[in-house]
Amino acid sequence: MYHFSKKFLATAMFGALLACSAHAATLNIHNGGDPKSLDPQKLSGDWENRIAGDIFEGLVTEDAKVNPIPGQAESWTVSDDGLVYTFKLRDGIKWSDGQPVTAGDFVFSFQRLMDPKAAADYAYLQYTIKNAEKINKGEITDLNELGVKAIDDKTLEITLENPTPYFINALMHYTAYPVPKHVVEAKGADWVKIGTIVTNGPYKPTEWIPGSHVTTVKNDQYYGAADLKIDGAKFFVLEDQEAALKRYRAGEFDILTDFPTDQYDWMQKNLPGQAHVAPFSGLYYYVINSQKGPTADKRVRQALSMAINREVIGPQILGTGELPAYSWVPPGTANYGEPAYVSWKDEPYKQKVEEAKKLITEAGFGPDKPLSIELKYNTNDNHKRIAVAIAAMWKPLGVNVQLINAETKVHYDQLKRGDVEVGRAGWLADYNDPDNFLSLLMTGVANNYGRWSNAEFDKLIKDGNAEKDLKKRAEMFKKAEQLALDDSAALPIYYYVSKNVVSPKISGFEDNVQDTHRTRWLSIKE
Amino acid sequence: MLSYAFRRLLSTIPVLWIAVTACFFVLRLAPGGPFDGERSLPPAILQNLAAHYNLDKPLIQQYFYYVSDLLKGDLGPSFTSEDFNVAQQIMVGLPYTFTLGMTAFVLAIVIGVAVGCLGALYQNKMPDYVLGAMILVGVVFPNFLIAPILQLVFGIQLAWLPVGGWGDGSLKFLVLPVVVMALPHAGRISRITRGSMIEVMNQNFIRTAKAKGIGPRLTVMRHALKPAMMPVVSYLGPAASYLLTGSLVVESIFGLPGIGRYFINAALNRDYGMVLGTVIFYMVLIVFLNLIVDIAYAWLDPKVRNR
Repeated sequence: MYHFSKKFLATAMFGALLACSAHAATLNIHNGGDPKSLDPQKLSGDWENRIAGDIFEGLVTEDAKVNPIPGQAESWTVSDDGLVYTFKLRDGIKWSDGQPVTAGDFVFSFQRLMDPKAAADYAYLQYTIKNAEKINKGEITDLNELGVKAIDDKTLEITLENPTPYFINALMHYTAYPVPKHVVEAKGADWVKIGTIVTNGPYKPTEWIPGSHVTTVKNDQYYGAADLKIDGAKFFVLEDQEAALKRYRAGEFDILTDFPTDQYDWMQKNLPGQAHVAPFSGLYYYVINSQKGPTADKRVRQALSMAINREVIGPQILGTGELPAYSWVPPGTANYGEPAYVSWKDEPYKQKVEEAKKLITEAGFGPDKPLSIELKYNTNDNHKRIAVAIAAMWKPLGVNVQLINAETKVHYDQLKRGDVEVGRAGWLADYNDPDNFLSLLMTGVANNYGRWSNAEFDKLIKDGNAEKDLKKRAEMFKKAEQLALDDSAALPIYYYVSKNVVSPKISGFEDNVQDTHRTRWLSIKE
Repeated sequence: MLSYAFRRLLSTIPVLWIAVTACFFVLRLAPGGPFDGERSLPPAILQNLAAHYNLDKPLIQQYFYYVSDLLKGDLGPSFTSEDFNVAQQIMVGLPYTFTLGMTAFVLAIVIGVAVGCLGALYQNKMPDYVLGAMILVGVVFPNFLIAPILQLVFGIQLAWLPVGGWGDGSLKFLVLPVVVMALPHAGRISRITRGSMIEVMNQNFIRTAKAKGIGPRLTVMRHALKPAMMPVVSYLGPAASYLLTGSLVVESIFGLPGIGRYFINAALNRDYGMVLGTVIFYMVLIVFLNLIVDIAYAWLDPKVRNR
């Protein structure tokens, strides 16, 4: 009898537990790919950022609209020369195991990020910190030379190489998240395993089944835990967007972080108000070789750029209304204002084509000597549709286009080696600042696939980044951007949009240019 | 029998070694590297990464590192997963893949054999045509077409079953993916069973059984089924190795964990360690399954046993 009642009790308790968990508000997010790691210093994708930003928090964090707000630091001051930032940490901040988060944790984390032995992909995003680049390149071996110092447990001082107006924005990036020194030192590489991992964000990971999902639950040690309306989230791995949409329709997902563009019409009719398409700080562009081949001639580059009918690509070829790009920096980028535009932006398309034809003839091409261009893209339905359309737009100029597609790794390998005439590329901003886009066109930068090089441009960017006055800096950048556009350094095509589908029961989801939506700002109506 | 099995296993070692060696070097011939992507990494970072994974050493030295680690049972790191190495990833995915694969395998055999037998017994009559036509659907339509249709009908329209995911691993989550995986094999097994059963039913010993007055059900179950299974068994080896290595399509459409996606994704990502790891795993599995098929042969056919 005793045995029976004990068993019964256990069952009843388990039942009650189940009933409880059914009431807990869990967010089911379609997250795309499988994360590479839960270690914030080992990441590079937006699907990894979604998890990392929920479980870790840097000195500065983002609000629902991705404005920087105090995170683990409650306040900070900047020295007059713009080089030294002093952060005061919040009182009572703790890791999920109850240990305090100290300035020492941040020092340890930044040193670990720059340590060449740790081989962090994205370490270069924090190269603005004093000696960071030299340490990461192995030129300085003493990690203590890094410009990140703990004055005491609550005060952190970061010294920069140059005054960097976007530094606070860059601190929102996951490379600036702290890792728990006490756990990393005790457990080594295993610190990040489920069961061992300790985090300081609003949530903590409790389960990870590769290929299926990562589960997080509320971190009770988090200073804002009482305000969290969602008790936990499941980040599902699913790369098939059609399947994801079906699961959303069946109520298995609350948020889709992408959707098939050809379903947009259908969704607007059948799921009104649920598909969010919003400007996103990213640029879809074509690399154009300015060093060799016919495109080394500026006139050819400009003609090809002018003949692209950008107005039809978003609405008609993609169907999601991406806006045509006539600038290099997407509008709405912080610290910038209105970007510079190509001079022929507002001409009617017919006139652009006529001028383009003239330019091609001037460059010495014509019916007797037709221009042949190789257009490379990485295999993908949308890239293909756009390439086919653009090849058709270039046809009236007498340009023979050969379309060449390759899988992603091969495509970018070719671009990197400069084995390209015209090639597809894209850029999503890491932090909200024009520098993130403009530096792509600097001489010798790995991502400058077209090898465009202009000493004046380089100088303007360098000087701009040393300029403390944001207005003057923006002017210098705009001058540089105009230089690049006038010389057709690359062919901007459209600005990316973020594509989310959000269930009507979710509130607090704010569209923003970085497409970052932390779970802590959301709530679910049952 | 045991020494036969042992010899068979031993003979796979040189095959395995040749495959690993060929795979190791051929992989490196493919253009593009593991760290190429939309964002080019600065040279210093690439240097750090290469050093971290020993990719900065001469290729032949990397090969010796790999083989000596392999002999110790270490399949090495995966470039696409920091937190799980190659062996860990395979171990994590295996239970899911095996659960799906074995269920689909059993289902395919049960449906295939049953439909095949019925078809043979009612040869060229209504049940034969109807079942034959139904099963042909499973063979003809590819899984990437069948899967979304089933999701739409049973997951959304009727809302009987979850559209995808593993959930808690309960039966309702398995139904759709297992059916998608089993259908083509059930179809093929039924065709093989039907043909072979028709042949067996015309043999003299069946005529004898019938003449003795044994009913049709007993004739089939006791006398015809076993010899009719010979060609089916030879198909089961490849079918099992196909099902147990997982399915990229089923895993990606239903969002299931498993090893089916590893091989293709690893090859696309130039995840050298993972490609080699899956190749080794597949080879071991295929050798093992073929061995089982041979043993099953011996059990079914005394002629093989006594050879």
